Amino acid sequence: MNLSAVGIVYRKEFTEWVRDRRTLISTVLVPLFLFPLMMVGFSALAVVMVGKAQKETPKIMILGGQDSPQLLASMRQLDTLEVIPYADNWKDQISNKDIRAAVEIPKDFEKSLATSDSETVKIYFYDGEMKSSFGANRIEKFLKDYRDTVVKDRLAAKNLPASVLSPFTIKQENVAPPEKVSGATFGSFIGYTVIILCMTGAMYPAIDLTAGEKERGTMETILSSPISRLDLVGGKFLLVFSASLATAVLSVISMGGSFAILARTSLMNSSGGQTLALNLGLLSVVSVFLMALPLAFLFSAVLMTIALFAKSYKEAQSYLTPMTFLIIIPAVASVMPGVELTPKLALIPILNTSLVCKEIITGTYHWNSIALIFVSTCVYAGAALFLAVKTFQRESVLFRS
Amino acid sequence: MIDARGLSKRFQDKKRGEIRAVDNVSFRCEPGRIYGLLGANGAGKTTTLRMLATILEPTDGTALVSGHDVIEHPEKVRANVGFLSTATALYPRLTAQELVEYFGRLNGLDEATLKKRLDDIFNRLDMNSFRDRRCDKLSTGMKQKASIARTLVHDPPVMIFDEPTLGLDIMTARTITTFIRECRDRGKTVIFSTHIMSEVEKLCDVIGVIHDGKLLTEGTLAQLREKYGEQDLEEIFVKIVTPLESQVEA
Repeated sequence: MNLSAVGIVYRKEFTEWVRDRRTLISTVLVPLFLFPLMMVGFSALAVVMVGKAQKETPKIMILGGQDSPQLLASMRQLDTLEVIPYADNWKDQISNKDIRAAVEIPKDFEKSLATSDSETVKIYFYDGEMKSSFGANRIEKFLKDYRDTVVKDRLAAKNLPASVLSPFTIKQENVAPPEKVSGATFGSFIGYTVIILCMTGAMYPAIDLTAGEKERGTMETILSSPISRLDLVGGKFLLVFSASLATAVLSVISMGGSFAILARTSLMNSSGGQTLALNLGLLSVVSVFLMALPLAFLFSAVLMTIALFAKSYKEAQSYLTPMTFLIIIPAVASVMPGVELTPKLALIPILNTSLVCKEIITGTYHWNSIALIFVSTCVYAGAALFLAVKTFQRESVLFRS
Repeated sequence: MIDARGLSKRFQDKKRGEIRAVDNVSFRCEPGRIYGLLGANGAGKTTTLRMLATILEPTDGTALVSGHDVIEHPEKVRANVGFLSTATALYPRLTAQELVEYFGRLNGLDEATLKKRLDDIFNRLDMNSFRDRRCDKLSTGMKQKASIARTLVHDPPVMIFDEPTLGLDIMTARTITTFIRECRDRGKTVIFSTHIMSEVEKLCDVIGVIHDGKLLTEGTLAQLREKYGEQDLEEIFVKIVTPLESQVEA
């Protein structure tokens, strides 16, 4: 291989690449702005939407309860609920979002309370509709408070302390460091995203430098120059590989920035109110990047080989779209709960990298697995590059008509 | 010098089986002369020239181009060849200068020689006004000039032109034919394929008629006129090809 010739091809391909809007969008803009938009933007939007929903005083309807005046009066006094008069079409009103929920008070409810009979109070709501759930929750909270008061009164009547009902309390407590907690939450997502973006970053340059050249008629031009096919593939491959890596690097930077913004603005609060700080240390970032290297190599070689069979940009896109699914399936599998890295899974490309990235982000380094995954992916990548070179030497592929 | 020795190229087609695109073709092109390969569409001209330029590998036979074997040393052959056809397009996102520089570097020119060669070619072809313009913004004529500059940058001793005027307007085609004559006058070996009779009459020192992948005859225009008893090249071509057509029909 003549490295000087490879460098000349690479330089030229790089010049053309930075002047191509399509590839720049997929390689630079998408990874750079997708994460902030998806994570910060959507999180901020979700916070705003939830906040707005929580601020709303839900309209509710009471079904029955005329024989329980105290309960009704208590509910009507609440600032957190707006009780509207009963209507027969209350179910439709909930479905049409005119009211948020309805509560059904059983007949002789207050009498039953006095005789200590157990009754069931039903809350009707629109499952899956956020504002309706908030309305139902507020009714439930009111009823629980009401029930607690009844229990307290009953205990007091029998001269018993409130603690008689709760001889002990149960509390779960996390002992894992916050980085591991957040790593377990976001680790698989980060690995998955880096893999997908490595592929999308490589896809458009791979098409442009193969099928695109054929379509534009420049393939014959370059083949008539003295450069060997091996050097030509080398230069083209390096550009596709660079694009893939650039996308991966930008996506990691962009993700880091997005998490930092989220942590600072406290948009990413867990239900317990504790911020999930994602502490992506330098070692994790470098490790994820190193594991993505052979995978980007593999993607670049495979995508180039497949795209070379196509006669046009459009045809290449139709060949590579199913490839996207082949890559997404193992990447998604790694995100599934309970899928852990095993020696067998360590040999499955894409899935292995995604799983090991998940472990790395949680701060777990199983060096044997890491070495096995790195070496096996390098072997697959080498085989794919060999295939790409061989394909470039096939006249039937280069001049397919 | 080009010395084709029994060049053959067979392709496999799923529907039609084996296709003999070029069948045992032999000829010689001398320096300072233009060899015109005349044939109808699909006769085997492009495949022959692609084999000479080592873009395709012969199935049988071989050729020596500037003393290098097309099978043994394809890279050396390409370093001695300038190949131009209507299919050899330009990189749209490179400027005319970047394009020519790229091919100069691929041909192993050092930066000083490359700069000197570029200035010389751009002056000669009157390309300075658009040397920094991207190729996708050039007119057809400008693109042809850039293509010529690309083939000339390494000053190859052999020039291969595959239907270079196909689809071009008169003025642009004229630029090409003038350039081909200049190549001959500079002592280069020139092979030129076409199906346009007038171009052959105007340009070629030796004419080879190719049909169905076979080289049927060759000679100077005067020799062909004498051999076939016709003055008009089109009539000569028809006479050469017709017996074969009749055989095919029979």
